[in-house]
Amino acid sequence: MGDSIWQSMQNKGYSRRDFLQFCGAAAAAAGLGQSGIAQVASAFEKKEKPAVIWMHFQECTCCSESFIRASHPIVADALLDVLSLNYSETLMAASGFQAEKSLTDTIKNNKGKYIVLVEGAVPTKDGGVYCMIGGKTAQSILQTVAADAAAVVAWGSCASNGCVQAAKPNPTGATPISRLVDKPVINVPGCPPIADVMMAVVTHLLVLGQVPDLDSQGRPKEFYGRRVHDTCYRRPNYDAGLFVESFDDENARKGYCLYKMGCRGPVTYNACSVTKWNEGTSYPIQSGHPCIGCSEPGFWDNGPMYQHLASFPGFGIESTADTIGTVVGIATVAGVAAHAVVTNVRKRSVIAEVHAEDAKES
Amino acid sequence: MARIVVDPITRIEGHLRVEAVVENGVITDAFSSGTMVRGLEKILIGRDPRDAWAITERVCGVCTTVHALTSVRAVESALGIAIPPTAEIIRNIMMATQYVQDHVIHFYHLHALDWVDIVNALKAGPKKAAELAQSFSKWDKNTPSYFSEVQDKIKSFAASGLGIFANGYWGHPAYKLPPEVNLIAVAHYLDALMWQKEIVKIHAVFGGKNPHPNYLVGGVPCSINVNEVAAINGERLNLVANLISQADEFINEVYIPDVLAVASFYKDWGAIGGGLTNYLSYGEFPTKGYAQVGSFKYPRGVVLNRDLTTVHPVNATDTEEIKEYIASSWYSYEGGDKVGIHPWAGETNIKYSGPTPPFETLEGYEKYSFLKTPRWKENAMEVGPLARLLVAFAAGHDDVKGAVTGVLGKLNVPVAALFSTLGRVAARALDAELAMGWLKEFYADLMEQVKINEVSTFNGDLWEPKSWPKDAEGVGLTEAPRGALAHYIKIHDGAIANYQLVVPTTWNGSPRDAKGQRSSFEQALIGTPVANLEQPVEIIRTIHSFDPCLACAVHLYDPQGKHLHQVSFE
Repeated sequence: MGDSIWQSMQNKGYSRRDFLQFCGAAAAAAGLGQSGIAQVASAFEKKEKPAVIWMHFQECTCCSESFIRASHPIVADALLDVLSLNYSETLMAASGFQAEKSLTDTIKNNKGKYIVLVEGAVPTKDGGVYCMIGGKTAQSILQTVAADAAAVVAWGSCASNGCVQAAKPNPTGATPISRLVDKPVINVPGCPPIADVMMAVVTHLLVLGQVPDLDSQGRPKEFYGRRVHDTCYRRPNYDAGLFVESFDDENARKGYCLYKMGCRGPVTYNACSVTKWNEGTSYPIQSGHPCIGCSEPGFWDNGPMYQHLASFPGFGIESTADTIGTVVGIATVAGVAAHAVVTNVRKRSVIAEVHAEDAKES
Repeated sequence: MARIVVDPITRIEGHLRVEAVVENGVITDAFSSGTMVRGLEKILIGRDPRDAWAITERVCGVCTTVHALTSVRAVESALGIAIPPTAEIIRNIMMATQYVQDHVIHFYHLHALDWVDIVNALKAGPKKAAELAQSFSKWDKNTPSYFSEVQDKIKSFAASGLGIFANGYWGHPAYKLPPEVNLIAVAHYLDALMWQKEIVKIHAVFGGKNPHPNYLVGGVPCSINVNEVAAINGERLNLVANLISQADEFINEVYIPDVLAVASFYKDWGAIGGGLTNYLSYGEFPTKGYAQVGSFKYPRGVVLNRDLTTVHPVNATDTEEIKEYIASSWYSYEGGDKVGIHPWAGETNIKYSGPTPPFETLEGYEKYSFLKTPRWKENAMEVGPLARLLVAFAAGHDDVKGAVTGVLGKLNVPVAALFSTLGRVAARALDAELAMGWLKEFYADLMEQVKINEVSTFNGDLWEPKSWPKDAEGVGLTEAPRGALAHYIKIHDGAIANYQLVVPTTWNGSPRDAKGQRSSFEQALIGTPVANLEQPVEIIRTIHSFDPCLACAVHLYDPQGKHLHQVSFE
């Protein structure tokens, strides 16, 4: 215990070269780029492995499952060595009452220094009886564990926004953890969050020892600063007004835009279309399904999934999406600007038709 | 006498708790409690039935995809939608992938440490371990240098406190594997962790992501076009072929040999943890349409009283066959708490009546769980890989019969050993082996479809709600990796009027019914020996053999309710 990561890697027979490679990967994962390697290496050499506690409340464990999908170069070692995962009901081996001891010791010996990762929402209705562990309510456990934490991370949409159990009528009073602890919470929403994003957020915290830049919703800007729509590879089809009209129609088989099938990409801030899922294998739109907006607060109550966005009041698709579309068009394909103007006009007329249809139906 | 409290055993829809009574070193009674509820059935009401797959998929992220599949089947059965054959093949590929991934994770990361002593692996000779591994597996990684590296890793890890392996029951006399087998299993634990993220890329190809890939009422969302980069094309199909081939090697050269090697040292567990004597399977992997149950790879049916000569038919839509009770559950029924209700008429009125937290025991409370108690013709049923193998065996399915008798022969144990904790472990391995074979078959079928250009993946005839009848009802049945799973739906005016899920953990982990009959967990624990109350590895083995799959912590109390000990395991 107490070894720096470099020491523990030396013990395991890794060379200095391996270590720097690892740091490079960690730096890339934390969004630091090659110039950050020296900084990362020194952070790993000096620091002890930070103590981490992982809690489970009202959730489905998809966040834990996603986490172990991380394609970090030495993912098994990350779990075993990069973090000192002192308490994780899902991953820790059999361990007598020492498990509870391990939890209390971590809190006691690392006051103000340990990191709490929370998976799940917390039910607050009826005295919290809708989630009890060991006869205690989730709410009381959360408050105990978070009290002396250096940082609290809300994994996934459950902990960040309440997610599915908080959908109307929210029978159990499922509540995001940021409303229950009196310190800043880093929200990493998504159902689940992308594996490599989770690993990167952890690395960012552990390597730099500081909270990443957050937006107004407490999300790391590096991964939640752009809408899925902004960097979607099907975006040119949107700009050209080329849409899938029905699943598996000719347009679907050509990979056209899924906007009319209800895609929430234009209102969803996430890294899916950049980082992609499962080591870059795909993301929902690439595999033919509209984005369901799973990282946005209250996404389950944003109307039926397959109802396209234009019909929602307050969605400024003309002003927001179009403006961004134009900017992207000018910046990246200036040579075909004339074409872009023509196709945008066509797309506008398609969207106008959709609006007109909605008006007729309602 | 001691009352042991096991809390939590979190699973599918939440956290589970088990309280068990131990007398003279043997469990004489047990109570299983679900202590978390999310009310998803209430949340589903009034929503678009085409959205239900996404909501219900979030019931479980470990068993991801299975609720989505069950939900689209329920909606399609209600509306009379038949999906194109190619969509059925892709769904089968997704499901078989889930079986294979889920079972490997369960064995290595959730169950193995109940049988494998990590610290003891440090005593192994790497060369001897390699020779042993090579004697039962052709996996080319099993070399002396590989085992030596793993051992070094564990050694330095042990020196720094063992991290996630810290404070296990290492050295407990119930661990019986020789050091070399322990080392082999630990090495493959780490490899399985690396491998599991590969196979799920199949879900990402067809469903966009994993966990929680996308499904679609009427088919699957992906389109096939071998002349288009933005569709399922040759590159995507090649990727899937490659992942299947990797998985095939891992299942047949690592997982199956490891299970057999470990099991051969624990044959006594072939007589422990048997529990119920009735087994239910809904059947899985349709090959000629979901309505053609006869075409399923796994048959639908019931085995009663362990009689493998008869398979009883199951009709999930018969309102007299499957009923849910709440006699011991924190709910109320309008018709009173003693009646059973078929899920189509199911009610979800949550009414907690347990002690005010914090509490130490649920002893003395008539109601002690958020799980309802399902029964088939009033019988308590075990569900899971063992149940579906037994039903298939009894139905005379040749591939299943061959696989089961093969393993019994290799382990040199009688058929009766199947009805046990060990039987469940072996059945899960066979289940993965069979699913792996079928996965290859489904992929070949998909390639045939692509060759003849039968690539339709969606039937949109009844997509629009205006094409639906005013009222409809349906049921979706699957064999999830953990067992029989049903979604019941009622649709009125294009919206969900009622939705009820009867999940494997509800069958296995539910509390007593109105007649006082125990369900699987409670029954299987009875007779399980507990040599040392402070290290109840035996309880963990039997509970884990059902694949409760999640974090569990065990709290032990003496009869006065005094806190004795807490045990935590994955």
